[in-house]
Amino acid sequence: MRRFAALFEALDRTSSTSAKRDAMAAYFADAPAVDAAWAVYVLGGGKLKRTATSTELRLALAAETGYAEWLIDDSYQHVGDLAETIALMLPGAEDGGDDVPLHVWMEARLPSLARLEPSERIELLREWWRPLPRQQVFLVNKLLTGSLRVGVSQRLVVQALAQWSNLPTDLIAHRLSGTWKPTAEAFLALAGPERADEHAGERPYPFFLASPLEQDIDSLGAVGDWLAEWKWDGIRAQLMRRAGGALLWSRGEERLDGRFPEIELAALNLPDGCVLDGEILAWTLDEAHPLPFAALQKRIGKLKPGPKLLADTPVRLMTYDLLELDGQDLRERPLGERRSMLAALVEGHGPTLMLSPAVDAPTWDALTAVRGESRERRTEGLMLKRLDSPYRVGRKRGDWWKWKVDPYTVDAVLLYAQPGHGRRSGLFTDYTFGVWEGDTLVPVAKAYSGLDDAEIGRLDRWIRAHTIERFGPVRSVEPTHVFELAFEAIQASGRHKAGVAVRFPRILRWRTDLGIRDADKLDDLRRLASG
Amino acid sequence: MDSDLLLPRPEGLYCPAGDFFIDPMQPVARAVVTHAHGDHARSGSGLYHVAAAGRLLMRERLGADSILHAHDWSERFTLGDTSVSFHPSGHILGAAQVRIEGRGKVVVVSGDYKRDPDPTCAPFEPVPCDVFVTESTFGLPIYRWPSMRTVVADILAWVDECRDRGVPAVLFCYALGKAQRLLAELATRSDRTVHLHGAMLRLVEVYRNAGVHMLPTVPVSESARGKDFAGELIMAPPSAAGSPWMRRFGKASTGFASGWMQVRGARRRRGYDRGFVVSDHADWPGLLRSVDDCGAKRIYVTHGDGEALVRHLRDTGHEAFPLRSLGGAMPDARSSEEGD
Repeated sequence: MRRFAALFEALDRTSSTSAKRDAMAAYFADAPAVDAAWAVYVLGGGKLKRTATSTELRLALAAETGYAEWLIDDSYQHVGDLAETIALMLPGAEDGGDDVPLHVWMEARLPSLARLEPSERIELLREWWRPLPRQQVFLVNKLLTGSLRVGVSQRLVVQALAQWSNLPTDLIAHRLSGTWKPTAEAFLALAGPERADEHAGERPYPFFLASPLEQDIDSLGAVGDWLAEWKWDGIRAQLMRRAGGALLWSRGEERLDGRFPEIELAALNLPDGCVLDGEILAWTLDEAHPLPFAALQKRIGKLKPGPKLLADTPVRLMTYDLLELDGQDLRERPLGERRSMLAALVEGHGPTLMLSPAVDAPTWDALTAVRGESRERRTEGLMLKRLDSPYRVGRKRGDWWKWKVDPYTVDAVLLYAQPGHGRRSGLFTDYTFGVWEGDTLVPVAKAYSGLDDAEIGRLDRWIRAHTIERFGPVRSVEPTHVFELAFEAIQASGRHKAGVAVRFPRILRWRTDLGIRDADKLDDLRRLASG
Repeated sequence: MDSDLLLPRPEGLYCPAGDFFIDPMQPVARAVVTHAHGDHARSGSGLYHVAAAGRLLMRERLGADSILHAHDWSERFTLGDTSVSFHPSGHILGAAQVRIEGRGKVVVVSGDYKRDPDPTCAPFEPVPCDVFVTESTFGLPIYRWPSMRTVVADILAWVDECRDRGVPAVLFCYALGKAQRLLAELATRSDRTVHLHGAMLRLVEVYRNAGVHMLPTVPVSESARGKDFAGELIMAPPSAAGSPWMRRFGKASTGFASGWMQVRGARRRRGYDRGFVVSDHADWPGLLRSVDDCGAKRIYVTHGDGEALVRHLRDTGHEAFPLRSLGGAMPDARSSEEGD
């Protein structure tokens, strides 16, 4: 663990990606394979099982230090991270004491916690903490609460593994995709020579991700070089047809087995050895357009959907790419070719496996006009894909663009604020905004992003000086400041006080030119929701 | 406030019996000033009572024309109906606590203080009193300072690492107090010359004249144009970060020495490569120890809202109150240029 703690510190203290990559590559070369495997898993964002609740951690800290609960809470509000708060409040041993290897923590110690009664768990936590230096207390707490973020993307882990193993990043990415199990063998296999049948297993291909189009549309060249499709608002998924069955993977590379039985069933009609990329959408047979994303959400949460849900909210896979056919990897072939093969493949498979239609337009102007229909078609805009592009790995700019329609906007008043986490801990950065209903301001959205650091600092000071009331970490403030918020969709909602729910709200700008009376009315939002 | 020996006023903390203000924020007739940081020593008042150990710094801060009355440690002087004296607070060179005796009571105003050893100034002296007015810049139990020995080792290891990588090491810290303390602490383990930002030169000079032993220093501005600073340690105030002045160092590694660096979120937000936990304020154990040491029946807490410290003191059987009207930042990772 000491070696991993040193790596964590090296990663945490630099913002340079090359320095991070070098630090990880050096660690992979140096650490025992079984620990390195866990480092790959943890740094790559692998799921960690939560083995103690934050309440148990607080109780253990209170028991160990004798501090009152309110003081622990105050400290936590200030630090913004419970794992770190604990590390800072405990005395902390000198470095050099116990050195339990990372894999022992991950495979033996942490899982053993889950089998205990809460009171035993609290005792064991205290025993574990005592011989550890601060940094390791922090890491252990992070690992057992199921989250460890250190500004390293999975992509960067892949690059570091490529640097260490001298293999191409795409190959490493593929070897890591799907449910990669952190073992010494699996870690060493990452660096093994490439095999011919490498792609035939259950691992999904790494997804190719589009970038938002920020430049002028004319700068893309001839419209005929591009394929335009609707940008569907569903779940990106990869459907793999393998001998004996079908596998569905989400973009987060999680197996979706059993959640969408109609798609798995339809896939059995496909030939063995093919892989399709597409979007899962909730869509009833008699509708011209998909159901709103909220309908799909009901399905996402259900491991085994019942007959009523299946009947009310059926799903389909809107396919748009073909990565493999007859066991052959097609990713280097041009998109135009892959698409023709896809069209032939899914033809006659009914609506459950349909081809995402091309949106044809002779000029960019014409395409821009069609894009205006995005909302009525319940899509987010258009996708633009270069017809001669290969299927790349990860987010590479240039060949695939998402060209979203402009978001909805609303002018709303800041009502509540609470401190953020991580880089924003100790600063009031999580805001709740309201609009007018008669003479009262009704909360309609929470937003966390969109202001720059200078604005955040200014607003933070203002919030501290103009707090009306405190509810735990939340402060209500004098209604004074108006912000323009953007959001992607709005729907009627019985769960929200305002009767509407907005999707992806964020701050566009601080409207210092507006007073609170200039903010929008709830009725305006309701009208959008029903329209 | 307590039996009217001290009252919070818009100009600052006022003693009606002695007709003086402590660290006034606006010009007043008679000021008693605890130390030379800009948020405590402000020019424009009629006359200033200061500790003799800090007289040169005060002169630097308040200007040649200000009228300074300097007093030795523990020397009693009379202001109105009160007897006043200065006692070391261990914060920076010449930093003082103010003891006021009058109307049958003793009040001590701590000013800024710390309990950790500091080779640049006299150590904090616990002064028995009835009422103790304490700062609480770091008034939460998450603030417990590491030993200076560890921090000095970390800084030197970082400079070595920079030398191996062929980049300059730019250490940001407050120009008054922190810079000199670091130069003095580093001198116990190193003898390499440190390059200084212009804003630090005069203040380092004042410390040298006061007999503080520090590493040799040279102004950055005296280096030839195009000098390669690879592997060198440079010290600069935080305001220099991101300024054109930094360009000469190319791809420097940057560090920040401050108590706020204790919290990871604050470290990451500031965007320095390294954070070194060094503070000239009392940490949580230091605050509690000082309250105990002075034996006061009543505690007033300044700086930020100090809510946690007040509540904790009450929980542990003290009479404690916040002293709200005295300004100061919340203990939340932002501080004035010299607030730490």
